[in-house]
Amino acid sequence: MATMDTAEPSRRDFLYIATGAVAAVGAASAVWPFIDQMNPDASALAMASTEVDVSAVAPGQIITVKWRGKPVFIRNRTPDEMKKLDAMDVKSLKDPQSDADRVKKGHENLLVVVGVCTHLGCVPLGHAGDHDGWFCPCHGSHYDASGRIHAGPAPLNLPVPPYEFISDKVVKIG
Amino acid sequence: MSGHSTYTPSNGFTRWLDARLPIIRLSYDSFVAYPTPRNLNYWWTFGGILSMMLAVQLITGIVLVMHYTPNTLMAFASVEHIMRDVNWGWLIRYMHANGASMFFVAVYIHILRGMYYGSYKAPREILWILGVVIYLLMMATAFMGYVLPWGQMSFWGATVITNLFSAIPLIGDPIVIWLWGGFSVDNPTLNRFFSLHYLLPFVIAAVVVLHVWALHVVGQNNPTGVEVKSEQDTVAFTPYATLKDAFGMSAFLVLFCWFLFYTPNYMGHPDNYIPANPMVTPAHIVPEWYFLPFYAILRSIPDKLGGVIAMFGAIAVLFVLPWLDTSKVKSSTYRPLYKQFFWILVVVGLGLGYLGSQPAEGGYVIASRILTAWYFFHFLVILPVVGLIEKPKPVPESITAAVLAKNAAH
Repeated sequence: MATMDTAEPSRRDFLYIATGAVAAVGAASAVWPFIDQMNPDASALAMASTEVDVSAVAPGQIITVKWRGKPVFIRNRTPDEMKKLDAMDVKSLKDPQSDADRVKKGHENLLVVVGVCTHLGCVPLGHAGDHDGWFCPCHGSHYDASGRIHAGPAPLNLPVPPYEFISDKVVKIG
Repeated sequence: MSGHSTYTPSNGFTRWLDARLPIIRLSYDSFVAYPTPRNLNYWWTFGGILSMMLAVQLITGIVLVMHYTPNTLMAFASVEHIMRDVNWGWLIRYMHANGASMFFVAVYIHILRGMYYGSYKAPREILWILGVVIYLLMMATAFMGYVLPWGQMSFWGATVITNLFSAIPLIGDPIVIWLWGGFSVDNPTLNRFFSLHYLLPFVIAAVVVLHVWALHVVGQNNPTGVEVKSEQDTVAFTPYATLKDAFGMSAFLVLFCWFLFYTPNYMGHPDNYIPANPMVTPAHIVPEWYFLPFYAILRSIPDKLGGVIAMFGAIAVLFVLPWLDTSKVKSSTYRPLYKQFFWILVVVGLGLGYLGSQPAEGGYVIASRILTAWYFFHFLVILPVVGLIEKPKPVPESITAAVLAKNAAH
């Protein structure tokens, strides 16, 4: 505005700013599809649930099933393991949660957790680590038989996915 | 710096072209008549070596894409197809894989040369920052390239590195799902990494052009750190620097060829010859060697977000290096105190690299913590303080004076 000697905003200034603002909104809306195309597509969202027959999981056994491309551990805990979990002091944990809150009523022995370490996403090894739960080999996180974090860099317990018993034998995850 | 052009078109055609597109003049002024300090040593040949490695990676990469298939069901097999069936496929893939490692060997030497001789100081701050940008782009490119063969290390490397972003509070998890294009590393992830792995080298090439442009505006630093003062401080780029660079490149190619033909898998990891399995993590996962110091820093912090911040901070600190160093003297030759800390930093970097390759337990973690602390201490405390308390040795009057004094001593 070299030709203007007054600092008073003019109607032309208003038009410049309004035009610029409309152009900015237009550019931002045009960018959005290019960002959103990277989010999970319809086919990835469609594979969001999995049904598993859990009647064959013997006490002490862990099976791994695939849900949304990730491993899910289904563990049939033995009475011994349950006793050890009951004896633990929940409040001293990094991510305090009681074992009862992590299972379904009537199926307390059966634990269903996403088998992905909450640190950086490796798959922990079963029946390993200081608490005979899981141990992540990548950066050394120790989980108990309820999938709760006790030691190591992982900040949270192994998450419990949304699931339900659709019959006595079959669990639907997702 | 480069002064006025001394190019004179020799015939009718070049005169005609010069009046329309002075491309020969630009090349002549940049790579023939361009004055370079007369005292450059062989550490200054790594710029040329890096340009050569970028060309090697581009050419071999474009050829590999003619035979590779970016799909989770076929990627691993297509790489084996390149190795076994494609004419010269084994050679071209090993060139590309070892070329990436050699590229990092050269870039680390190039960066350390800049640190030793103070090449980041005024007026070369932008030149240095562009270099750090290139280094970051190289790391992103190398990481995504390592995912493409879709072996176990590819898959779990991709999983761990993308999960770094989940440490960001609140928006971390949506960002990771966005990066993956799903709920785990899968086909959409492989496809977008392939696309970006193809794109980024050209972005690197563009930033290299800016890097060279900035270099030609301010001129090269040199082992004395004294700026060029007169014409007798310089020699013409061609033949002096051209031939010195050519010799440096040839020597570097000998090392490259030794890896390529005698131990092509030395810098790789055997687990990457196992196809990716999303259900099983290898017992001991490590990144490629050139990421190990940063991996050690990541693991040394017992907190997820803290570790990620420290790791990115270790690179981010390089951006502000020109303002952390308070000394006016550029070259370590005349900085007795800084020179010692420089070499300590080199040892700390190598130490972190070794620790990054070891399991994260016991003494290794303690050692990683000490060296990580030193790394940041060096940049944030030692550099500013040493510049203030150090008494530098007398700096020569000019490059020519330094050269003549050195020759008189013999």
